[in-house]
Amino acid sequence: MTTEPEGRAVAVATAKLQAPSDDKRWRIVDTRMRRAGRRPDALIEVLHSAQEAFGYLDTDTLAYVAASLGVPLSRVYGVATFYSYFTLKPQGEHACVVCTGTACYINGAGGIVAAIRRELGVRPGETTPDGKLSLLSARCLGSCSLAPAMILDGEVQGKLTADAVLARLEAL
Amino acid sequence: MTEIAGGDRPARPVRRRRPRAPVLEGPARASAHVCQAASCLSASSDQVFDALADQVTQAGLTDVAVKRVGCLGLCAAGPLVEVPETGRLFERAHPDDLSGLVDALRAVTPGATPIPPAPFFARQVRVATENSGRVDPEDLDDYRAHGGYRALETALHELTPAEVVDQVVRSGLRGRGGAGDPTGRKWTTVAKASGDQKYVICNADEGDPGAFMDRSVLESDPHRVLEGMAIAGYAVGASRGYVYCRAEYPLATARLKTAIRLAGRAGLLGGSIADTGFEFQVELRLGAGAFVCGEETALIASVHGGRGTPRPRPPYPAVSGLWRSPTLINNVETFATIAPIIRNGGDWYAGIGTETSKGTKVFALAGRVVNTGLVEVPMGITLREIVYDIGGGIVDGRPFKAVQTGGPSGGCIPSQYLDMPVDYESLKEVGSIMGSGGMIVMDDSSCMVDVARYFMDFCREESCGKCIPCRVGTTQLHTLLTRICDGDATLADLAQLEGLSDMVKHTSLCGLGQSAPNPVFSTLRYFRDEYLAHIQDRRCPAGVCPVVDRSEAVTT
Repeated sequence: MTTEPEGRAVAVATAKLQAPSDDKRWRIVDTRMRRAGRRPDALIEVLHSAQEAFGYLDTDTLAYVAASLGVPLSRVYGVATFYSYFTLKPQGEHACVVCTGTACYINGAGGIVAAIRRELGVRPGETTPDGKLSLLSARCLGSCSLAPAMILDGEVQGKLTADAVLARLEAL
Repeated sequence: MTEIAGGDRPARPVRRRRPRAPVLEGPARASAHVCQAASCLSASSDQVFDALADQVTQAGLTDVAVKRVGCLGLCAAGPLVEVPETGRLFERAHPDDLSGLVDALRAVTPGATPIPPAPFFARQVRVATENSGRVDPEDLDDYRAHGGYRALETALHELTPAEVVDQVVRSGLRGRGGAGDPTGRKWTTVAKASGDQKYVICNADEGDPGAFMDRSVLESDPHRVLEGMAIAGYAVGASRGYVYCRAEYPLATARLKTAIRLAGRAGLLGGSIADTGFEFQVELRLGAGAFVCGEETALIASVHGGRGTPRPRPPYPAVSGLWRSPTLINNVETFATIAPIIRNGGDWYAGIGTETSKGTKVFALAGRVVNTGLVEVPMGITLREIVYDIGGGIVDGRPFKAVQTGGPSGGCIPSQYLDMPVDYESLKEVGSIMGSGGMIVMDDSSCMVDVARYFMDFCREESCGKCIPCRVGTTQLHTLLTRICDGDATLADLAQLEGLSDMVKHTSLCGLGQSAPNPVFSTLRYFRDEYLAHIQDRRCPAGVCPVVDRSEAVTT
């Protein structure tokens, strides 16, 4: 059970720990934890900040967050792997998120994923061997009017065809 | 990602720097509303705004207002710019070609009669989305100029909490998140529950694929949701609220954060709202991509910072929810409907819609339909009116096959029910559900077995793994459906599919598993011939599935 009614009280006891390295990005994570009062229930928020800062969550990050918030490492690992938004693997230089929501699916998103796999050899969740591109899939970006849609490096692109997607990915 | 309104942190700049709109001299003779919701933004409507603001300034039109607004609804034709004085909607605006728009703005004469709205708009009744496309979502003053926060002030100054609950009960409003439980009953339960600390949670974890109502409301009119939550807090006696929003909606969360900060600074959230001594703090929590977190007990587990797994109910969150305190959980659209109900009275709202389904419902119209976008219609409207009159019919004039409502928990409604009224009971009767409001129109290019397999794949991936019927059942159902799609199935597999679906439905812990077989049931009910074509004839009538005819291979 994840209920932690006494969570707020536990937080006060946890002191600031030494970050794993002198990488400045740890400050972002530290600030987030401090603002949240190092409460265990801020775990998801903190993991969001860490992933935003480092691009992914490695073992050091998980251990540091666990110790700082006073949450067992097993639980931090459980949360990090439960939610699909978190990734434990380094990501490629570019990120392409293909929407596979219902509207995109019936408008041909499956063909786009298949074409990328055929031409670039990556499936959703994988990164090309040269580390250039990570392919991800999402269950609905909420851009159903633009179906089929994808997010390429943070920018929503819609009304796609497999050829158009491949052309854009090869131009990266 | 946590923002607390009315906290004691020093004031910070409240928003990103935004390019300035042209300065008005006196009241505006004409105005241009440029849509800045996600769909239009992805088609560069921010550049349209900048270019239009420049050109209006250059043309010396000092009595023309250029304004950023929320969703204008007709997302398929974005970027959209509306001139409300004439009612003209400019579709697919391009930053390099705005001369026609500038000319139209120059030609607006005061008191001109607006042209009648296109059918897409004419059939709609806007309550929850009444400010969409009218107010600037990042401007509190603009929201207030359109009557914003007046309902909250009325509630605080003139009504007792019990009277507020009574208005919601009288309105007949039912939860817009999908289940359709009477909102008033939930409010009454939480108001009556004992406890020093109570909570209000806004469920903005819109996980259904093909649904974007909540995203649009949050992007277009975030203050209205906060106002609804504050009214709820007053009614049930809660002093803290959480908005649980999915991380996939960066624009919605950014606008919510801005709105929380602006409202806090204006004394409309935080301590002693409108000098009444009523306190209501709102905090934003981000999800992290788990569909099951839309289920209320899983959502609470996630707000606690843990894995989003549900627990058996009772106790219901209304009695024991967040931090084991009484917790009111409503959907974004439900909260967006509260302010008008308080402003106009519950009886006014109950006058819209049908006997058992009062009011209006927002639908995200998508799929193989011409006018994809966001629509709000009175309950009881027929599917035909939505698909053909509002939606403009099927793309390329192809034949209509089915409309899918309720996402992975819903079902497919075939053409013989096109004239059925859209309300909670009718949809349930034909094997689907109202759901949160996703409406996917399908034509003859969709294979219904493949659609069932698609939704089962979704449920299989999103099952949290806590209970066995859902964790193992959805995987087995997906295997069976894949076998049918591949042309490897026998009639015994079909029988097993039906039996297992029934078991998963009746034995799963939460709504995800209980409703996971719904798409299978409804496609079997109306499109059994397609299943049989895959199994007996080894062919996919829609030409979607990779059915391999192995019968020849065996005989030769």
